[in-house]
Amino acid sequence: MAAGSSLALPPKLVKIGGVIASLVLTFIGLTAITFTIGRVMPADPVLAIVGDRASQEVYDQVFLQLGLDKPVYIQYSKYLGQLLQGDLGTSIMTAQPVAEDILRFFPATLELATVATLLGVFVGIPMGVLAAVKQGRWPDHVVRVIGLIGYSAPIFWLGMIALLVFYAKLGWVAGPGRLDVYYDSIVDPVSGILLLDAALAGEWDIFHNALDHLILPASILGTFALAYIARMTRSFMLDQLSQEYILTARVKGMPEWQVIWGHAFRNVLVQLITIIGLTYASLLEGSVLTETIFSWPGIGLYITNSLFNNDMNAVLGGTIVVGVCFVGINMLSDLLYKLVDPRVR
Amino acid sequence: MSALTLRGWLLAESPASKAQARCQRLFIGWLAFRRNPVAVIGLLIIVSLVLIALLAPWLTLNAALEPDLANRLIPPGSQHWFGTDELGRDILDRIIWGSRITLYIVGLVSIIVVPIGLLIGVVAGYVGGWVDNVLMRLTDIFLAFPRLILAMALVAALGPGLENAVLAIALTTWSPFARIARAEALTIRNSDFILAARMQGVSTAGILARHVAPLCMSSVIVRLTLDMAGIILTAAGLGFLGLGAQPPTPEWGAMISLGRQYLIDQWWVPTMPGIAILVVSLGFNLLGDGLRDVFDPKSGGG
Amino acid sequence: MDNSPLLSVEDLHVTYHTPTGLVQAVKGVSFDLGREKLGIVGESGSGKSQTGRAILGLTAPGGVVRAKRLEFDGINLLHADQRTLRRVRGGGISMIMQDPKYSLNPVMTVGKQIEEAFLVHSNDSKAEARRRTLEMLRAVRIREPERVYEAYPHEVSGGMGQRIMIAMMMMPEPSIIIADEPTSALDVTVQLQVLAVLDDMISERGMGLIFISHDLNLIASFCDRILIMYGGQVMEECRAAELAQAKHPYTRGLLDCLPRLDGAREELAVLQRDPVWLETRGGSQ
Repeated sequence: MAAGSSLALPPKLVKIGGVIASLVLTFIGLTAITFTIGRVMPADPVLAIVGDRASQEVYDQVFLQLGLDKPVYIQYSKYLGQLLQGDLGTSIMTAQPVAEDILRFFPATLELATVATLLGVFVGIPMGVLAAVKQGRWPDHVVRVIGLIGYSAPIFWLGMIALLVFYAKLGWVAGPGRLDVYYDSIVDPVSGILLLDAALAGEWDIFHNALDHLILPASILGTFALAYIARMTRSFMLDQLSQEYILTARVKGMPEWQVIWGHAFRNVLVQLITIIGLTYASLLEGSVLTETIFSWPGIGLYITNSLFNNDMNAVLGGTIVVGVCFVGINMLSDLLYKLVDPRVR
Repeated sequence: MSALTLRGWLLAESPASKAQARCQRLFIGWLAFRRNPVAVIGLLIIVSLVLIALLAPWLTLNAALEPDLANRLIPPGSQHWFGTDELGRDILDRIIWGSRITLYIVGLVSIIVVPIGLLIGVVAGYVGGWVDNVLMRLTDIFLAFPRLILAMALVAALGPGLENAVLAIALTTWSPFARIARAEALTIRNSDFILAARMQGVSTAGILARHVAPLCMSSVIVRLTLDMAGIILTAAGLGFLGLGAQPPTPEWGAMISLGRQYLIDQWWVPTMPGIAILVVSLGFNLLGDGLRDVFDPKSGGG
Repeated sequence: MDNSPLLSVEDLHVTYHTPTGLVQAVKGVSFDLGREKLGIVGESGSGKSQTGRAILGLTAPGGVVRAKRLEFDGINLLHADQRTLRRVRGGGISMIMQDPKYSLNPVMTVGKQIEEAFLVHSNDSKAEARRRTLEMLRAVRIREPERVYEAYPHEVSGGMGQRIMIAMMMMPEPSIIIADEPTSALDVTVQLQVLAVLDDMISERGMGLIFISHDLNLIASFCDRILIMYGGQVMEECRAAELAQAKHPYTRGLLDCLPRLDGAREELAVLQRDPVWLETRGGSQ
């Protein structure tokens, strides 16, 4: 802290202020885009919201609600105001507020994305390290091939094939959906995360069933996460292993595994935080297609169904929520990185 | 002897013309690229894709892709290598015609994204100041958005269709290129040869167009190739959701969607188009990796 | 004092197999090292650093090390297993590198890195390790050892970083230190400080030092004996005091190139390289 400079703000505050300003600006940009998509782009924004079977009264009502007779920037500020109050409009599909619907569907996606990320992290990282340490030899090639396929395969197709093989043909896992039908609505949705709720209620049958349903979609999403994380880990590790301090560690007489994990990996960990954050955020998005294949009642399926039903409010509402989460997670991981890397402090 | 052969000309110590220098650079780049067998496979895949798309009318059994209900859902065999779909159409034929759509998407997105990205990036990097700030804020906002979801929302507003899908994808993909172009422009901005051009009275637009932009091209192209797989997958995803090309257009993602209900007993219907997507995506990834190793070997590509 | 050499190197070869052919980084280097300061001087690519790495068995992958003899403290370093080599590294022979910005782990505190050097070779407690670390930091003339202990490498200056390196490499009490361009990344005044610290520690403990550098003047003033390398081979070996009477044309060329403050000079000489010097001399292999 600079003593004697009473006018300067403490640097930490400036930094946090910068992050907040960034967040606000991005949020405004996001909402500007969804606003444009929702109000400016369609030929008739009211029709886009109420559907073409609505009565004239409903049409007029929404017309006034949107303030379409007023200039664009007033419409936008109205829109922004509504958003900040948590009002995402009403869905024409369910006639409920979109915000409520999304809240109901969100935990399922959270559950899926979290388990998939954990899979990606705990399998992908060791794979990446192994590939880097054995560079050029067969473990490296195997890891790179797996990574490439995970990267290049359309995720919905992979999910389909997995369902065909592991569910239809081999019967190793349960099929689409989160639970077998007769288990539905038995457990109280405390957190919305089935595994947690079932465990809390002690309903181990249901827990087991939920796991059976979760494992395949999480693995498919996880494959994508795995491919990315393994690839980046390998790249970072190769970078670190060529640094001088690794030579120093070896000169000290340290066993190789300690050189790899205690020194090289420790430097990689810091960079991996950003990668894991990015992965988690992109899985939120990737779940759209996975949920469609596995009939997983998450926000991805919600957006897709709303799309088919031309439920504009729902689609845009879902887009904003996912967008905000995306941005939020990225910023969080950025912040975490700055906290953990001693060089930046 | 050596000066007269093509190889000699390409490896000559002092090029006689700008054209020769350019050819030489390409040749040396090619030699480096060639050493990476995996990258060459990627190149072969993409070249095959282009050839198949061009020669589609001659490669297919039934160029018109008409339904043939008598022959529906035949498993892969000698007459129909990939089997037939629910309307009796040969799947291999549809995949071959679908390659044209894939190329169309790839081409159209590239044509939109590269100029926009270059323009914004170069202007931001070269001019600097508040212009830079504003443009980068804009870039960041688009970068921050999840690609597929934004594309879905756009298509929801504009209506399904191939061109709308392409537009949606382009709008969500241009940001990284602007960033790359800006980074390069920042590095080049203070070079002596730029200063020399300015002193000769070349306008800013001229400098940007003739000097700065060409130097950004290689990074942009590498990034484009690497991103291409993602673009194809997003397009397939949109097609799968019914938001891209409409039936009966043989877009690969849409084919998977239509064939989904036949997955269990007639697995080949949705599986084959997926393999096509996988192979093409793989090709671009391998090619992109190879190009990156040639242009920037320090980036940990092994 | 014991007069047998600490380290014996005879006909050392380091060869790399590259896509464009064989590269012989070291071609038949031989020397003995006692409790003295031996300097190895050469240009870039003369093989001096490669010699140091080969002694520790840390040649980069792709390099093949051959020698008639590579012996330290009765241990044959060529045929030793990994466990023995790891014992020798740090505990017997240690190495200081050029730039502490790169040779220290950026995400670990200085104290922890120094402790590590000690704990790898002993079963003592962490408390003991910490005590010794602070003691060693004082020994390399760092004034606030507790503060430096908690610091990260990027928070200390270049000179301090090198002294930290020295402290770290002295912890397991080796008999030989290989210093690979230890002062090349430092300012001249800091150079002298660091060298003074190094000198003291080596004399106090009766250690052997291999000082690798491209700076002929520095080596001449600091070391007892000098090895001059070029193209992977030893061109000449002499006592530091007798450097001015060196006989080999390469050495004479180097000496002539050095600017001198005394005596009139019209033009600075340029080293004329004789391709004969690159030819392999003597011996088979």
